[in-house]
Parts: sequence; structure tokens; C-alpha cells
Amino acid sequence: MSTLEVKVWRGGEEGEFQRFEVPRLESQTVLDVVTHIQRHLDPTLSYRFACRVGMCGSCAMVVNGRARWTCRTHVADVTDGDSLEIAPLKNLPVIKDLVTDMRDFFDKWAAAQGQFHPTTTRKDDFARVEPESPERQQVDAGIECIGCGVCYSSCDVVSWNPEYLGPAAMNRAWTLLNDVRDGANEERLAAVAGDAGCHACHTHMTCTERCPKQISPTAAIAGLKRAALKAALKGKL
Amino acid sequence: MSTRSQVYLWAAQRLSAMVLALCVVVHLITLIYAVRGGLSAAEILGRTQGSAVWAAFYTVFVLAVAIHAPVGLRAILAETFGWRGGLLNITVAAVALLIAVLGLRAVWAVIA
Repeated sequence: MSTLEVKVWRGGEEGEFQRFEVPRLESQTVLDVVTHIQRHLDPTLSYRFACRVGMCGSCAMVVNGRARWTCRTHVADVTDGDSLEIAPLKNLPVIKDLVTDMRDFFDKWAAAQGQFHPTTTRKDDFARVEPESPERQQVDAGIECIGCGVCYSSCDVVSWNPEYLGPAAMNRAWTLLNDVRDGANEERLAAVAGDAGCHACHTHMTCTERCPKQISPTAAIAGLKRAALKAALKGKL
Repeated sequence: MSTRSQVYLWAAQRLSAMVLALCVVVHLITLIYAVRGGLSAAEILGRTQGSAVWAAFYTVFVLAVAIHAPVGLRAILAETFGWRGGLLNITVAAVALLIAVLGLRAVWAVIA
């Protein structure tokens, strides 16, 4: 049986890579490798996972330099030979080993007005939204985000400007901006416009390239840029 | 700076980029055409002096640069050095003014 040489980040913000040798198995995922290390080689290794099938978004890490879901990444797809380097997500404070503090990431969803603001009560009739309407199509394009943080970890603008809201929060804002039932779009546009929001995006499209759900936050951010400019010209920003 | 002003800066940079794309193409074509038979100051001045069309073209060109470059510089300084706030805005406004003055002075030199 061949072995895999794995370098895993140990420590917090300060730390170093530790080397492990892990048996190489067929159809092995990166999460399998991390789990093997914790169960058989070093029980003090910290990492996050839950569903193991790409639904929960908790196991994202930087594997060989790229942020990915470890549960849906086969070792064979990311290794050159028999070595792996596994690090915590970038652009987030490291708590320990492969675990990051996701607070900034989710606080920015809230700052981008990522909450639904209803315009009706439970006593009103159901809202009717045509599946083929342009607004609903825009919502469909972005609604499957599970908040894994891969885009946020991959975004250069976040690394240059810690205040920048990031791709996921603005993708969420865009889906709500297109939700015809929502009543807080003026506040939302004010929250996502400007230097710390959509207008700071450089359209590098790394978020779009690396999103495991094939969502395009870049398209959402471009939509927000246009909507915010329209609002500004109408004096509503 | 207000959010609305930040959005207008973004729009100004996009619009000036569109103007610049056109201006640079015209400028390059003119440049290639102008040096066909060798380059001389007399030939250039012969074409530009007293020409309202070239005066208008290069004035637009200079003003587009004076808008486009400082807005970009503002983002570069903020992202590279973490420099934000009032002093940054004053600095890039000064750069905008400098580019406009030097550029318009150069236009005047070949037109008048």
C-alpha cells in the first residue's frame, strides 16, 4: 500500500506545518485523510465537518493552495504525486489547526442586510412569484449558497480590505434584492454600495471559479453595482 | 466620503475608461500615421496648431485621464497600504488637479 505525505497546519495564527504519513486508499477524499490523522495519528488535531456529503459547508479548508470542500475533493484530483498540504481557510482568524473563526464572515452577511424583511403578515395570502420571471431567475442563480466560506477565503479584495463584505454576503444581498416579497431594498443597497461593498470588487472572478456550488457571486456583485448606481442617480442612496 | 459619492467615483472611473479606450485607439492610429515619413516637431505642430478638432480631442483625453487615474490610484493606495480616509481623498484630488493642469498645458503648447 502506498502512503501519502501530508503537511497539516498546526497552531493558531502562528504555527507551522506538521508532516504525517497516511495510507493511500482508492476514492479517498481529503476529509478522509484529515479524519485518519485525528483518529490514528494525533487525536489533538482540530478540524470541522458534519455531513460529509457537500450539504453543510463546514469542512472547507485550503488544500494545496486552493480553498475547497474537503469532503467532496478526491485526493487523486488534487495531488501531484503523493503529497498534500492542508491549511485553514484564508482571510479568517485561525482558532486552532484547521478551524477558523467564521464570525466576520457571517457578521458581514448581517451587515449586507442578508435578512429577509417581509412586507406581509401570516394573515395575508401567499405571494405569487412566477418561476420564469427575471427576478426569480436571478434568485435561483444564487440561492443555493450554503455559506462554506470558500469564496471569502479565495477573494483577493477581502485580503486587501478587511472591511470588504465579500462575495457570499453580497450574493445573499442580491438574491434578496430580487425577492419581490422583500421590503428593505433601499437599506440593503446602501449597505452593500461603496468602498467596502460591491464597488470595490475587481472582477477577478476567483469566487466564481472556486464556488463548489457553481454560483457566480461576481454576477451578483455586478448586479448590485448597477442597482446601486441607479438608486444613487434617483437620489435613493 | 458618503456612500453615494463612492458610487459616483466608481461610475466616473467606468465612464472615463470608455472615453479613454476610444481616445487611446485614435491616438495610436494617429501616432503610427504621423511617423510614417519620419518624426519632426514641425510636422506635428503643423497638424495641431490652430486645430479646434485636435484641441477638443486632446482636452477630452487629458480630462478623462485626470478622472480615471486618480480614482484607480485611490483604490491602489487603500488596498496596498491600508491608507483610507480624508487625507487619501485630498491627495488623489491633488493628483487629479496636477494631471489636468500638466496635461492641459501640454495641449495648449501644441495647439496655440
